Amino acid sequence: MKATALIKTGATTPSIRASRFTLPSSVDQIMAEERAASFTRRSIKTSAKLAGLKMVVSMMDLTTLEGKDTPGKIAYLCRKALQPADPKYKVPPCAAVCVYPNMVKYARKFLGENSPVHVASVATGFPSGQFPLPTRLNEVCRAVADGADEIDMVINRCAFLAGDHAKMFDEIAAIKEACGPAHLKVILETGELVTYDNVRLASEIAMQAGADFIKTSTGKVSPAATMPVTLVMLEAIRDHFFATGIRIGMKPAGGIRNSKQALHYLVMVKETLGDDWLTPDLFRFGASTLLNDVLMQIAKTVDGNYQGADYFSLP
Amino acid sequence: MKTKLKPVKLSAKRAVVASAQAVVPLNNRRLTFGNKWDYAPAPEESKNYLIPPRHELFINGKFVAPHSGKHFDTINPATEDKLTEIALGDETDVDHAVKAARRAYEKVWSKMPGRERGKYLYRIARIIQEKSRELAVLESMDGGKPIKETRDVDLPIVAAHFFYHAGWADKLPYAFPGRNPRPLGVVGQIIPWNFPLLMAAWKIAPALACGNTVVIKPSKTTSLTLVRLAQIFQEAELPEGVVNVVTGVGETGTAIVKHPDVNKIAFTGSTEIGKQLAQMIVGTDKRITLELGGKAANIVFDDAPIDQAIEGIVAGIYFNMGHVCCAGSRLLVQENIFPQVVRKLRDRIQTLRIGNPLDKNTDIGAINNKPQLEKIRELVQSGADEGAEVVQTSCTLPARGYWYPPTFLTGVTASHRVAQEEIFGPVLSVMTFRTPEEAVERANNTPYGLSAGVWTDKGSKIFKIVNKLRAGVVWANTYNKFDPTSPFGGYKESGFGREGGIQGLAAYCRLD
Repeated sequence: MKATALIKTGATTPSIRASRFTLPSSVDQIMAEERAASFTRRSIKTSAKLAGLKMVVSMMDLTTLEGKDTPGKIAYLCRKALQPADPKYKVPPCAAVCVYPNMVKYARKFLGENSPVHVASVATGFPSGQFPLPTRLNEVCRAVADGADEIDMVINRCAFLAGDHAKMFDEIAAIKEACGPAHLKVILETGELVTYDNVRLASEIAMQAGADFIKTSTGKVSPAATMPVTLVMLEAIRDHFFATGIRIGMKPAGGIRNSKQALHYLVMVKETLGDDWLTPDLFRFGASTLLNDVLMQIAKTVDGNYQGADYFSLP
Repeated sequence: MKTKLKPVKLSAKRAVVASAQAVVPLNNRRLTFGNKWDYAPAPEESKNYLIPPRHELFINGKFVAPHSGKHFDTINPATEDKLTEIALGDETDVDHAVKAARRAYEKVWSKMPGRERGKYLYRIARIIQEKSRELAVLESMDGGKPIKETRDVDLPIVAAHFFYHAGWADKLPYAFPGRNPRPLGVVGQIIPWNFPLLMAAWKIAPALACGNTVVIKPSKTTSLTLVRLAQIFQEAELPEGVVNVVTGVGETGTAIVKHPDVNKIAFTGSTEIGKQLAQMIVGTDKRITLELGGKAANIVFDDAPIDQAIEGIVAGIYFNMGHVCCAGSRLLVQENIFPQVVRKLRDRIQTLRIGNPLDKNTDIGAINNKPQLEKIRELVQSGADEGAEVVQTSCTLPARGYWYPPTFLTGVTASHRVAQEEIFGPVLSVMTFRTPEEAVERANNTPYGLSAGVWTDKGSKIFKIVNKLRAGVVWANTYNKFDPTSPFGGYKESGFGREGGIQGLAAYCRLD
């Protein structure tokens, strides 16, 4: 399973190499979607709502991924992640900020070395991944050197959809190696894989290749994270845990915009993987606009009335 | 290809994150479903729905006191508190009801054009939709069913049955081309306690659509919502006598079946009672349809989508506390995936929430009545005595009321009682098979034949297996799905006749 060894074999026939990966269990679309919908019918009120929303904040990768990002914008983002709301609400800091590689050094400078907020960098030719491997590896090394302690890579969808699963595996393994001590999140871009069987198989390959987390989407392709896609990935994580004893993390990203949706995801994690996964070490939300909606709901639950949007600082 | 990596320094804090991938030893690879983040109570509002202290019989469009003057208590099985009193109808009351139904049949209902009958059914369906939350709450309180199910399953299907049959009322000649469908007359209907309103809708809607009039008796423990439905009939200005509700006990039902002026009997309930009813009508010209017990096989092949199959197994046996005649109570798992399925099932039942049926997060409500609870306990004990391993959730059960935790038994063989007898509770018997032929043989090896389930990713296998199963309803890669357009009914000791769809209409028509 060593990445370098596999690359050196130089095999070129995808069908032969791909045979190492088979779908562990097929996914039935109708029943998977029905199950995912069942979590949305849980009623989360009062104390459960407050505790859940605070947990959501602690699991959030506060994200900005725009061409127009600047050091100034990153400062807004980092400060918001450190101190999301008025201390009286006792809201924990976010798990991480998630930025483009060029912005990593500014984020690290702002947060300092021992920040409770991690610096996550998208890398590997995000969002398409359609770049030569050396370029992608270099990008990862640069981001880690600049201070990223989490790397959000994109898989080679071209290789996966063409059936060259081994190539996808080898690249992830190589990127994992390039990450060094940094945490690796592997983005499947499920909106481009489309079927649940594809999502399940890609999850399996990513986990075997060394992913610490698997992540649904870049946020640049629609649909991004959905409940059923996330469920299928959580189920893949469950089977991987039973088989290997390794707990892989999960990060749905994109499309989760309000508190209610976020709580539905938490319910799904709780009832699929159990208490052990209800931690920022194993579950994250990738979101750019979710945070203030969650804070508004927290304030409402504590104070009993809604406040206007202007009472919450912009990231 | 190999890229030169720059050395990276990490602070102590950052290094901790990177070493999160610890390997859990084989014996500790378990999921924890505890209360790290627990759901707060989320009870459905019930105090706005007043339950009058006493409920009378509904005969000839009016609520009338029973001939005997007697009433019996109905309780909430989740608390054992008395909810209200229900009229005890006897032979005389049944006679009044049948006479009212006969008058309504001859003077009004059988002469009314189908399009007019349809209007009444549409009106009833709409009122049910308007009052569905209230009816769902009452159904939960009276029967112990979780509000999640009464609200999302029972009531929508109840309304759907009235809508569906309203559509048929003026189109009967098209349902049976070349034949002349005519109503049968007065229909006597006896329904069970597991789906009180839904069974009433299954029976009343097609009977009325075809031009029959009805005398119906609910189960003793669940009369409340049917009496409430009678109020809806009043509100819809359904002509008097078209539907008559006679609440009561077993003898009340017997009086309906034996009444000489009843033309057809429709019964849903236990096989034992069904057989008795069939004997009672021997030598008369009464028609009868019976929808009786079941011991359905839910067959899971090794190429099935396992995680979804687990959901289907859970839906099959724990839906409505297993009080479902078509429950998938015998799980047949291909032997090579048995450990995997059992492990997942064990985890899955830990997440089922048991408790107050009116809490919106409750998955498993109360057992409907005490004798049923005792029967479930007795049968599970017999399974344990015969050597099966009993697996149950670790949840705590409420102190008052009738409760039984979600349970499954492994190590069950075809010769165990729990593999043969209908338990009618949240108890699943897990068995194995080796080949598709064996799966079919074992699935059919029962005196019942109401339903079955097949789980496989291979379409061709589905069709091959389904055609060999002796069961009235077979679900493929799903379970417990109901729709008014789809006929439902059994083989062998599960009864005869179909309800729903065109086949269900035929049971309420005389076809020339």
